[in-house]
Amino acid sequence: MAVLNEWAFIGVFFAVAWVFPFAPIFLARLVAPRKPNPIKQSTYECGVETVGDTWVQFKVQYYIYGLIFLVFDVEMIFLFPWAVAYRELDFFAFAAGFLFIFLLADALIYAWRKDALEWV
Amino acid sequence: MLELNVQTLAFFVFALFVLGGGLGVITTRNLVHGTLYLILSLFGVAGFFVLLSAPFLAVVQVLVYIGAIAILIVFAVMLTRSMTSLHEVVNRQWVLSTIVAVLLFVMLTVTIILPVWGQDGSLAGQPVSEVVATTTDLGKALVDGNQYVLPFEVASLLLTAAMIGAIVIARDDE
Repeated sequence: MAVLNEWAFIGVFFAVAWVFPFAPIFLARLVAPRKPNPIKQSTYECGVETVGDTWVQFKVQYYIYGLIFLVFDVEMIFLFPWAVAYRELDFFAFAAGFLFIFLLADALIYAWRKDALEWV
Repeated sequence: MLELNVQTLAFFVFALFVLGGGLGVITTRNLVHGTLYLILSLFGVAGFFVLLSAPFLAVVQVLVYIGAIAILIVFAVMLTRSMTSLHEVVNRQWVLSTIVAVLLFVMLTVTIILPVWGQDGSLAGQPVSEVVATTTDLGKALVDGNQYVLPFEVASLLLTAAMIGAIVIARDDE
């Protein structure tokens, strides 16, 4: 039980978060008058008619971006406990953490030099 | 055997997320919807980690699996040509994959679930470990010369290799 109490707040947020999108949709359905015609029901984006298919094939460049993000996200998992324990670590442990960062900095420099960070 | 309290209720809600999400992944014909179901399933697993008193793993589950891997899957789906209305659901290898899936299920049941429940359910009530490890303990163990410092550095090297490999494969040389 004690475990859940700390997390109950997140549970409350999770439950309330559902209310925010669904309440307006429900209210709109309840209150708004419905007089559809072909113009009103046409698909548009920022007031302009859409061109072509919505489901288009993305460039592979975005995938590399996502992959680099994933690598540094995983790096964060390892470095977070290291940072939490930072004040209680000796010099060896401190150096081990920096070697970890140094090895991954290599990967970042490689990605940079290969123009993988260029946005297209 | 089952006490009806908040923890049990939360377990069943999360189990519903995991199983329902998993079912959605394999039944939907739309790859994008499949990814969203997968995120629901992964969220349920994060809930299990909370119930197992592993808050660090719960946060990692949300940050890495939902925040990065699911996003990467979304990108991968966006790269495929026909992401909606998949027609061919059964292919020629369905017999083989069914056998493998059933064997995996049996193996997991025999090795993980049965030993815990046992003949008399003796192990079910016992905690796995007396020691409650905190994130600080994990941090100290990861960079301790007598413990996990080598796997820690190898993980860094592995991540570097994964990233370089991905860039080499995904980029075409102009």
